[in-house]
Amino acid sequence: MPDLMQQTPVEEQALSRCLKQAEIDTRMLAMVIALIAIWVTLNFLTDGIFFTARNMYNLAVQSSVVGIMATGMVLVIVCRQIDLSVGSVLGFTGMVIAFLQVHVFSLGAAWNWPLTILCGLVLGGIIGLWQGWWIAYRGVPSFVTTLAGLLMFRGAAYLVTDGRTVAPMDKTYQILGGGLDGSIGARWSWIFAIAVIAWMLIHCMVSRRSCIKYGFKVKPMWIQILLLAIGAALVCGFVMLMNAYHKPRTEISRGIPVPVLIMICVVVAMNLLTKITRFGRYVFAIGGNPEAAELSGIHVKKITAFVFMVMGILCAVAAVITTARLNAGANSMGTLAELNVIAAAVIGGTSLAGGQGTIIGAILGAVIMQSLDSGMVLLGISSAMRQVVIGTVLILAVWFDVVYNRNRP
Amino acid sequence: MNQTPLVEMINIHKRFGGVHAVKGVNLDLYPGEVVGIVGHNGAGKTVTIKALSGAIPCDEGEIRISGEKVSIRSPRDARKYGIETIYQTLALADNLNAPENLFLGREIMTAYGTLNDRAMENEARKVIDRLNPNFKNITDAVKNMSGGQRQSVAIARAIYFNAKILIMDEPTAALGPQETAMVAKLIKQLKSEGIGIFLISHDLHDVFDLSDRVAVIKNGRLIGTRRTCEVTKEDVLGMIIMGKLPETA
Repeated sequence: MPDLMQQTPVEEQALSRCLKQAEIDTRMLAMVIALIAIWVTLNFLTDGIFFTARNMYNLAVQSSVVGIMATGMVLVIVCRQIDLSVGSVLGFTGMVIAFLQVHVFSLGAAWNWPLTILCGLVLGGIIGLWQGWWIAYRGVPSFVTTLAGLLMFRGAAYLVTDGRTVAPMDKTYQILGGGLDGSIGARWSWIFAIAVIAWMLIHCMVSRRSCIKYGFKVKPMWIQILLLAIGAALVCGFVMLMNAYHKPRTEISRGIPVPVLIMICVVVAMNLLTKITRFGRYVFAIGGNPEAAELSGIHVKKITAFVFMVMGILCAVAAVITTARLNAGANSMGTLAELNVIAAAVIGGTSLAGGQGTIIGAILGAVIMQSLDSGMVLLGISSAMRQVVIGTVLILAVWFDVVYNRNRP
Repeated sequence: MNQTPLVEMINIHKRFGGVHAVKGVNLDLYPGEVVGIVGHNGAGKTVTIKALSGAIPCDEGEIRISGEKVSIRSPRDARKYGIETIYQTLALADNLNAPENLFLGREIMTAYGTLNDRAMENEARKVIDRLNPNFKNITDAVKNMSGGQRQSVAIARAIYFNAKILIMDEPTAALGPQETAMVAKLIKQLKSEGIGIFLISHDLHDVFDLSDRVAVIKNGRLIGTRRTCEVTKEDVLGMIIMGKLPETA
């Protein structure tokens, strides 16, 4: 490291010191820059359609389905596994939810939709645990187990209703999909923004105090304030954008879509899971060195199975949003989603070598993937060509990961 | 020595499929004693000792800790009896930092049941400072650390939790002379605190310097255990190579 520092020019050193003080990961910064570049380019190519409130609203809703699953995929990849079945699990749990809601429980009852969601989440968890059991306790590689799952659960999704689409869903349930009534309006969006900014302030002050208490270095005040200002500006900008999209033929602002709120809840929960719980620490330890984890007394098998269970539950959450958005259950839901989800996690900085990855990065990755996809739709590029581009991006992202890791001390 | 041994390993056997790697080895260890374990590559030293650390549970045989018969089936069991191991590979998770590695599996938690990273960092700093005062960047990922620093993390992890029995597998194999001296000093200090140490090493020089007794293992059998002060290096070499016991003086 020291000799490397000497070779770099002075300005670069100053910049990297700045970044270090702000505790910003250079990789995360590169991703944000890539996202902005993609947005600006797409906006230019589409003559300004990309940055319209309507497009951004839809982008946010679409990203949330991939983003929710990508946060789980981060854990899976971090502990050196892979899950190829997520799209099929989404399809199957979605079909079961729709079938229960429309054909089994009495439609219109207030308890109907919460109960179907609960059933879906439990089913997702059981599927994940079942796959995790084969992987962890029976030693079947996750690639094979979940490849089998990809087939099995797609087939199972078909079998639920012999391929018939189930519709329509409960009225209240549809709110979860971010459709016509699926957003919280201007006032609540602002209340949400204020709450988020207040939380950022409090979090910042609490962590500063605890740093000082234990005698650790704190970030310089001006950087702290700058970071807070950037965060507040982003939150406000997002809310303004979502409020700028109106319901058809009215002046009523839509505000933040419910799926995005669900995604934010998932992100917060998953972030806490990785950062402040033993489970999260162990997942990363297993990814870094599985033998060391075992020798440290970690129940590696249990943790691995549990990771797949979390992934299964998140697939069910994504299934809820998808069925609510479609206002139906169709057995093709989530087809090829596993590729978008894995790509989002990898583009978001999750290393396929294991042990490395962030939840926030995966969300950024999901937004990047979805931006490319929906941008190409706006440009009228055929779905075949879109697949070619997305595939290329995936290779480039992994290549970047390889180069990035090689160039580190 | 009339006191109870800290560790007694009696008639330990381990088979891997058709390979009988350890055939009835007996070892014991007293408080404040260093027992060197030497032998060829593949002689069965590491497998024997892993029966004690729980990494590879033995098939047959008895292990007694302070006179009491115990069953060690996993590293968790071993830790429960105050047995800590410094593995040759160090067994560190490269992507985690020093405090995270030090407390892996035994984290300090807050009152709310969450990880207390600040407290762990604080404690880690104290114990690492004692071992290696020049080691400051403990919150870097372990993969960015030097060999000596990594070794310090592994040693800190073994001694922080008040081990009674310490197993060191080739502790100086990857170290420079200065760091080797540090480890030697540490072993003497731990010994004076009444900790029993099994020292596995290729380096006869180290073993003669540091251990009170030396046990020689060849082809999965214990050739013999001798007080270090009563044998010469040639005697021990003879035991390692030929499996021949020196004539007792």
